[in-house]
Amino acid sequence: MSNQPILQVNHLSKNFDGNGVLKDVTFSLNEGEVIVVVGPSGCGKSTLLRCVNGLERPDSGEILLDGARIDDAADLVRVRRQVGMVFQSYDLFPHMDVLANLTLGPVKALKRPRAEVEAEAERALARVDLADKLHALPRQLSGGQKQRVALVRAMLMRPRLLLLDEITAALDPEMVREVLNVVLDLARDGMTMLIVTHEMRFAEAVADRVLFLEGGSVLESAPPKAFFHHPQTDRARRFLDTFEFDAVKQRVE
Amino acid sequence: MQDLAVLFRGSNLARLLGGLGVTLKLSLVSVALSVALGLVVGALMTLKNPVVRAFFRLWLETVRIVPQLVLLFLVYFGLAKAFNLQISGEAAAVAVFTFWGAGEMGDLVRGAITSIPVHQRESSAALGLTRGQCWRFVLLPQAARRLVPQAINLATRMIKTTSLVMLIGVVEVLKVGSQIIDAARYDAPQAAVWVYAAVFFLYFLACWPISLVAGRLEKRWS
Repeated sequence: MSNQPILQVNHLSKNFDGNGVLKDVTFSLNEGEVIVVVGPSGCGKSTLLRCVNGLERPDSGEILLDGARIDDAADLVRVRRQVGMVFQSYDLFPHMDVLANLTLGPVKALKRPRAEVEAEAERALARVDLADKLHALPRQLSGGQKQRVALVRAMLMRPRLLLLDEITAALDPEMVREVLNVVLDLARDGMTMLIVTHEMRFAEAVADRVLFLEGGSVLESAPPKAFFHHPQTDRARRFLDTFEFDAVKQRVE
Repeated sequence: MQDLAVLFRGSNLARLLGGLGVTLKLSLVSVALSVALGLVVGALMTLKNPVVRAFFRLWLETVRIVPQLVLLFLVYFGLAKAFNLQISGEAAAVAVFTFWGAGEMGDLVRGAITSIPVHQRESSAALGLTRGQCWRFVLLPQAARRLVPQAINLATRMIKTTSLVMLIGVVEVLKVGSQIIDAARYDAPQAAVWVYAAVFFLYFLACWPISLVAGRLEKRWS
């Protein structure tokens, strides 16, 4: 294993209509590491992930994948074949059954033999308890099931790095756990991940490092224990407080 | 009973069927041209260029606001009067129906493409698919499913509207019907009911299979 980080983001900035959404963001992600990005809505978390995957073009700064700078559009297809991404709204292809959703990328983009990919897809589905949904259509699945299929779909590309963009934000509370358990399993297996989430307890459990983003800048970068229990900035403290229910606390006191 | 018998007098039945043939020929040619042109027009309609947009907007509003009959008169009589250009009624009919159909079909194609959430494009990009693969495997199959029922609806509307072409001298099924009624005016004055019933039945025969196919596709894809 080399010491070179899988992902390196240097002085990344991005503007939308003159508003700085990302300002001079710098960090790196090592193999097997999980970084969770938290922050108030509109702080640029999603934009950061979208820049890494080339869905947004940064205005300045650079992104290096395995030491190679991502430059032009021609790079993007190659990059995306190594970087998996799962979205808040699952985005399965509604006209294909689960198996076809899973095999499309590996067969068409990676040109792997269909039979081999199908066998792998079946095993992967079984691991997320969806073995019986192989030929179901996306609309026949619950939100949690769809999101697990989306995770498997991204993993079947055998990515170097997985980006998760608020993947439980659209789910009913009882489905959040089944999805997060899959992510915890991936982390345990050594998957390198960059995760945006609002589930603070999950963040604490899965992260090796937490980035706190506010107004497009990284205000804190710390191990989860340190960040969640001893945040260094006032802004982070106030942000974490919003997850405590003040009214409930007062009543208990 | 004599009124009903008018339908079977002489070659009346064959003439009605011949008229239906003209109706179907005009419709099929117009629908085929409309679909082919509509696919191109629809793809162009999704462009953001303001000049292109304004052009297609104007086209679409024209075919929606101006009655087809007025368009037929404009092309058939207007061209003759203004440019001394004599074209056959059938040619004028195909021109007008294609002008109408391609505009409407284009708008359906545009709607089918733009109604696909942008996330579909993004998630296929995130899977490392190229733009071409994204269109072929993800966007077009979904667009087609949205498009087919509406396109078939448009086709049946076009078939029915071809009845207007009798007013520019094309002898199609409805015109044949009124000729038969006129010829029997004295000896079977009530024949009109039966003749029109027969014409109704023939239109039904032409459109019903199309509706059936549409219904089946909708069921399979919904």
